[in-house]
Amino acid sequence: MSAANALPTSWRERLFGSPTITVVTLLLAALIAWIAVPIIRWALIDATWSGQTRNDCTGSGACWVFVKARFGQFMYGFYPIEERWRPNLAGILFALSGAAIILAPKRLKLSLGLAALVILPPLGVWLIAGGFGLRAIETREWGGLMLTVFISIYASLIAIPLGILLALGRQSELKVIKLIAVLFIEFWRGVPIIAVIFLASLLLPLIMPAGIGVDRLARAVIGLGFCIAAYMAEAVRGGLQALPKGQREAATALGLSYWKATWFIILPQALRISLPAITNEFIALVKNTTLVLVVSILDLLGIAQASLADPAWVGMNMEAYVFSGALYWLICFALSRWSKSLETKRGR
Amino acid sequence: MDSGSPLRSGRNDGWPSAFPARSSIVAKAFAFINDKRVRDVFYQAALLIGLVALLVYFIRNASQNMVQAGIASGFDFLWRTSGIEVPFVLTNYTQSDNILALFWAGVANTMLVTVIALVLSTALGFLIGIARLSSIWLVQAIAGAYVEFVRNIPLLFFVLFWYFGVIAALPAPRESLSVFGVAFLNNRGLTIPLPDAGANFKYAFIAIAISCLLHWLFLRWAKRRKEQTGKDAPVLRVGLVLLLLVPVLALAWATLATRWDIPVLRGFNYRGGFVVIPEFVALLAALVTYTAGFIAEIVRGGIQSVPNGQIEASSALGLRPGQTLRLVTIPQALRVMTPPMTNQYLNVLKNSSFGAAIAYPDVVSLFMGSALNNTGQAIEIIAMTLAVYLVIGLAVSAFMNWYNARIALVTR
Repeated sequence: MSAANALPTSWRERLFGSPTITVVTLLLAALIAWIAVPIIRWALIDATWSGQTRNDCTGSGACWVFVKARFGQFMYGFYPIEERWRPNLAGILFALSGAAIILAPKRLKLSLGLAALVILPPLGVWLIAGGFGLRAIETREWGGLMLTVFISIYASLIAIPLGILLALGRQSELKVIKLIAVLFIEFWRGVPIIAVIFLASLLLPLIMPAGIGVDRLARAVIGLGFCIAAYMAEAVRGGLQALPKGQREAATALGLSYWKATWFIILPQALRISLPAITNEFIALVKNTTLVLVVSILDLLGIAQASLADPAWVGMNMEAYVFSGALYWLICFALSRWSKSLETKRGR
Repeated sequence: MDSGSPLRSGRNDGWPSAFPARSSIVAKAFAFINDKRVRDVFYQAALLIGLVALLVYFIRNASQNMVQAGIASGFDFLWRTSGIEVPFVLTNYTQSDNILALFWAGVANTMLVTVIALVLSTALGFLIGIARLSSIWLVQAIAGAYVEFVRNIPLLFFVLFWYFGVIAALPAPRESLSVFGVAFLNNRGLTIPLPDAGANFKYAFIAIAISCLLHWLFLRWAKRRKEQTGKDAPVLRVGLVLLLLVPVLALAWATLATRWDIPVLRGFNYRGGFVVIPEFVALLAALVTYTAGFIAEIVRGGIQSVPNGQIEASSALGLRPGQTLRLVTIPQALRVMTPPMTNQYLNVLKNSSFGAAIAYPDVVSLFMGSALNNTGQAIEIIAMTLAVYLVIGLAVSAFMNWYNARIALVTR
C-alpha cells in the first residue's frame, strides 16, 4: 500500500471521497476505536512498568513487571546467567560473518561463505554446548529466543543443502534418482510437522546402535531439518525450472561435467531466482520451531507457556503471550519484508 | 537419457580420444567406463545400494533395540482393549473398545475439525481477500493489516493463545455468554442444543439433495435449449428457488418439527445439549483465523491476475457487472487459485495436528500420544498415523488435479 507517502488531499479523497466511503470510513473508525481503546489502555495507560514482584501490579492494566523480571528467561531459558556471554558471542560471530559475506567484494564472497559454512556451525555448537575447556551445559538448560534462533539456523543448515540436492534429483534425467527424490519430497511434505517431531524423538534413538544416544534437541533439529528440506526443495525447483534449458546445454557443449555445470552455471542463477521462496520457507521454519514444545523443549513460546505455571506470577497469560507474540511477529515481519525487497529487486 | 539429442548422447564416437589405443583391451575398458550410459547405471545402482544398506542397518538396530527393551512388534496390539478415556468422540467408541476403535475415533476427530475449519476459513478468507481489493481505503487497510498480522505469527501461538488466553478467561458456566438463549459459551466449552431424533433432518437433507439434482438437470436443459433456439431460461429465479429457498425451508421445517434438547443450567454446570470441548473451540478458532490470512492472499492474487482488458471487453459486449463477475472474472480467477488453495487445504489437514499441543483428541494426540505410551509400539503406530495424512493428502491432490484439469484453459 503506497498510502504512506500520499499527499493530504489524496488522504481526504481516500477516506471521504464519496458519501458511501465517508459512512463506511466513519463506521469502521468507530469500530476500531471501540476495539483499540481498551487494548491501548490495558497495554500502555493502565499498565504497571516498574516494580519487582506481582504485588507491585495494582492497576487494572498489563503487568510488564512480569516480563521485566522474566526477560532473561525469555531470551536464554535456564541457561546459567554467568555463561550467557557464550550464546551472545556465537550470535555476534554469525551476524558478523553474515555481514562480511554480504559486504565482501564479489570474487571473495564464495570462498568466504564456504569458510563460514565449515567453521561457524561447529564453533557455535561448541560455544553454546561447552566441553573442550568450556563448562558443559546440557541442552535441557537451553531455551527462549536463543533456542528459537539456534533451531532455525541449524535446521536450515540441514534443510538448504539437502533441499538443493533433492531439487536437483527431482530434475535429474536418471530415473531412479528422480524417483527417490520425488518420494522423499512428497513424503515429508505430506505429513504434519508435529508428527515428524514426535517421530524423530521416538525413532532416532531406536534406529541407532545400542549405546549411542541422540540428544533430545538434536532429534528435533534433524526432524525439522528433513521436513523443511522437502519444502526447500520445492522452492529451489521453482528457480531451476525458471532457467532456460539452453544454460545447461551450453555448459555441456563447453565441456563442463554435470557437477561443474551445476555448480558454476545452474545453481548461482537458480538460487538467486529462488531466494525469496527460500526466505519464505525459512520464515515458515522459524514459525514451526515452536512445535518443539510437544517434546518439552522450551523455545521462546515454550518458555512463555511454562512461565504461566509460576505460582509467584499467577494470571500473567496475556502479558506472556503479547510479549512472545510481538517478538515472533517482529522477526517474521522483518524477514518477509526482506524477502519482498529481494523479489522487487529481481523484478526490476 | 534422450538419445535423440546430440548433447546428451552416450558415446563420443568419432571424437579424438584422450587415450590413444595402446592395446585394444585397455582402450575398450576406458571406453566402457567413459560411456555415459554405463556411468548412469553405476551411479544410480550405487545410490540405491547405499540407501538400502542404510535402511537395513537402521532396521537391524531397531529390532535389536526393541528386543532389548522388550517391545513387541506386529499389529496384534490393535485388538487389545484400549482403556483410554476420550473426552470428545464422534464414533461410538468407549473405554472398553480396542485400540483400533481408538484410532478411528482419532481420525474422526481430525476430520471433523479439518472440515469445519476448511469451510469457515474459506469463507473468512474470501471475505478478507475481497476486502483487500475494496475501493474504500480503510477497508483495504484493515484487511491488509489482518493479513500481515496473522501470517507472521506461529500457528501454535494462536492455538495456545485461544486456549489459555481466551477460553480459559471466559466466565464460569454460571455466567456463561448466551447465544440467543440456546447455546452457551463458558470456560468448559460451548454447550449447544442437540436434536432428540435425527429423522426430520434426514428427510430435509434428502429434499435438499433432490433439489440440487433438479437444478443440475434444469441447467443442462436450459443450456441445450439456449444453444438450439437462443432462448434464455429464468436460470437465476429457478436457481434461487431450488438452491436457496428449498434448503432453507427444509432446514427450518426440520428444526421446528424436531424436539430440541436445550441445555439448562443446573447447579454449577449445564445439563442436556451437547458440549463442544474447549480444545475443539480453541483449535478451530486458531485454524480459521490463521488460515484465513493465507487464503485471503490467494483470493486477492487470483482476482488480480485477471487482466483488466477482460472486464472491459465483457462490458463492451454488453454484460452487466454481475454477469462479468460470474462469467468472466471468477472462472479465470479460480483457475489461478486452485493449486495454491489445494495446498492450503492440505495445510489445514496437517495443521489440525496442532491440537496435540492442547490435548485435543485428534489422531496424533490419541494414537501417537496415548496409545503409543500404553503399548510402546512406536514404529507401527507412527506408520499408521502418517498413513492417515498421506492417504487423505493423496486423495485430495488427485481430486484437485482432476478438478484443475477440468477448469484448465483449453488451448489449441
